[in-house]
Amino acid sequence: MLQQIIQTLPQVLVDGLTLGFIYAVVAIGYTMVYGILELINFAHGDIFMTGSFVGAGMLFFLLSIGFMSSVPSLILFIIIILVAAIVTGVLGVGIERVAYRPLRRKNAPKLIALITSIGISFILEDAVRFIAELKTGNYILTAPPMFQHRFVLNVHSVFPFFNNATFQSSFLVVSIVTIIMLISLDIFVNRTKWGMAMRAVAQDRETASLMSINVNRVISVTFFIGSALGGATGVLFLIQYGTIDPYIGFILGIKAFTAAVLGGIGNIRGAMFGGILLGVLEMFAAANLSIITNNAMDSGYKDVFAFIILILVLIFKPEGLFGKAAVEKV
Amino acid sequence: MNILEIKNLTKKFGGLTATSDISMSVEKNSITAVIGPNGAGKTTFFNMITAVYKPTSGDILLNGKSLVGLKPHQVCHFGITRTFQNIRLFSEQTVLENVLVGMHQRLKSHWVGTLLHLPAITREEEQAKVEAYKILEYVGLEDFVNESAGNLPYGAQRRLEIARAIASQPKILLLDEPAAGMNPKETKSLTDLIHDMRTRLNVTIILIEHDMKLVMEISDYIYVLDHGELIASGKPDDIRNNKRVIEAYLGKEASSLG
Repeated sequence: MLQQIIQTLPQVLVDGLTLGFIYAVVAIGYTMVYGILELINFAHGDIFMTGSFVGAGMLFFLLSIGFMSSVPSLILFIIIILVAAIVTGVLGVGIERVAYRPLRRKNAPKLIALITSIGISFILEDAVRFIAELKTGNYILTAPPMFQHRFVLNVHSVFPFFNNATFQSSFLVVSIVTIIMLISLDIFVNRTKWGMAMRAVAQDRETASLMSINVNRVISVTFFIGSALGGATGVLFLIQYGTIDPYIGFILGIKAFTAAVLGGIGNIRGAMFGGILLGVLEMFAAANLSIITNNAMDSGYKDVFAFIILILVLIFKPEGLFGKAAVEKV
Repeated sequence: MNILEIKNLTKKFGGLTATSDISMSVEKNSITAVIGPNGAGKTTFFNMITAVYKPTSGDILLNGKSLVGLKPHQVCHFGITRTFQNIRLFSEQTVLENVLVGMHQRLKSHWVGTLLHLPAITREEEQAKVEAYKILEYVGLEDFVNESAGNLPYGAQRRLEIARAIASQPKILLLDEPAAGMNPKETKSLTDLIHDMRTRLNVTIILIEHDMKLVMEISDYIYVLDHGELIASGKPDDIRNNKRVIEAYLGKEASSLG
């Protein structure tokens, strides 16, 4: 049994990292908004979904005008991901303007903003479904294959107790793009004046504004970056998994949110780590649950496994892996 | 020349009048103290100048331009910054970062440029760090640069608040009880710092303070509030001997005894 599990580890790792990178970037969107507004922005999962649909729409459009045959798919991909990021970034800022800022101005309780975000989430799902059905007659879209070249990672010849792992070139695209996004965000938040302003607003909004920081502007920037990253990840999801529907944002959003909590909500590096960890755990469970439980459970129970781990972690470290324990001052 | 002109400033919270009909004028490059017993409305007064509260009536003029109705960050932009009675540093950020936050509005970089990592912006961020370090040297905190602000000793935190405030190169600096909780030695060096800032940074200082030794030593002019009203104003010597001021602090009997 153990041998079987060990044999599949390289493949689990490849699949788990792919999924984990996607969770990580979406988790950042949750954690940034939470850090600055203490709002769980449930619409964020659907921003991710909208990004994947914008990407699919662009892809179909560029196909139909014959653009795809004349340029290499990497350039096509870069154009699509940039457009999707900008569209979703602007969408995120717009949602904040229309739905959250008025509540903030009236000092509404945080619960109200939370409920609003759930409403926005439904609106986005159905708006995307409506447009997709109008344009294509079906709300489940399958993207034309891109980056499908298969590679075999020859682990077996080096470590005989492992099986070989295979992956598509899309795995490389997803990994490289997410790593670039994660590193640039980390630099932005930790090294630049806007990142510093963001952290200042997150800690004490009033003092930050008395130190000349335009708080609303900083919040808009936060929403733009979080949403643009989410939308770009939607495109990565499309390329990696091929099929999308307007409801992919819900479950993925909840898992990404979970990842953010696992890492310590409000902590960006924590969200990155939590996302990758959750992805790997989930894939590990998918591959091995039936072996471990002697076929009593199949891979469909992978979420249960991942969430049991989550609960265990939170019981022993409620502030999350990277979070700081709140110290009550007396 | 008066840099700041306060006209009939009133703030009511529901039925409670926190400050009523306060007028004052502050000369450029002077040190002005606002004193009064606890609950006299001093901090409310500061909060109105920095736009945390909107006055119920009255006007605040900086170089003849009204500040009423602006947002706090805009007031800061026009050149008024402050420190706080109970320290409000960004305690999880480093000492250097706190000062950099204070410089926020002076750095030109737009956030789009920052995202794109344009070289001009990177250069500006580097220069800002050098300048922030100089400010920390000036207030004597250069040894703490990379320390979390929350870990500093109390007196150093007060200095850091001042460093963060002067980082925006203000025209007017509001200090809300800068010497609170300091020992005599710390108070002495704070007094020197305030004097030095006035001459070297060319800044006008308004302070709220309970330490009368410091107030009398440092101020060019003093305003006294009690129960939200302005009960006296004048040079330190006038205030020291003002009957109403003594009454406000010590009660009527005390003043008749004296």
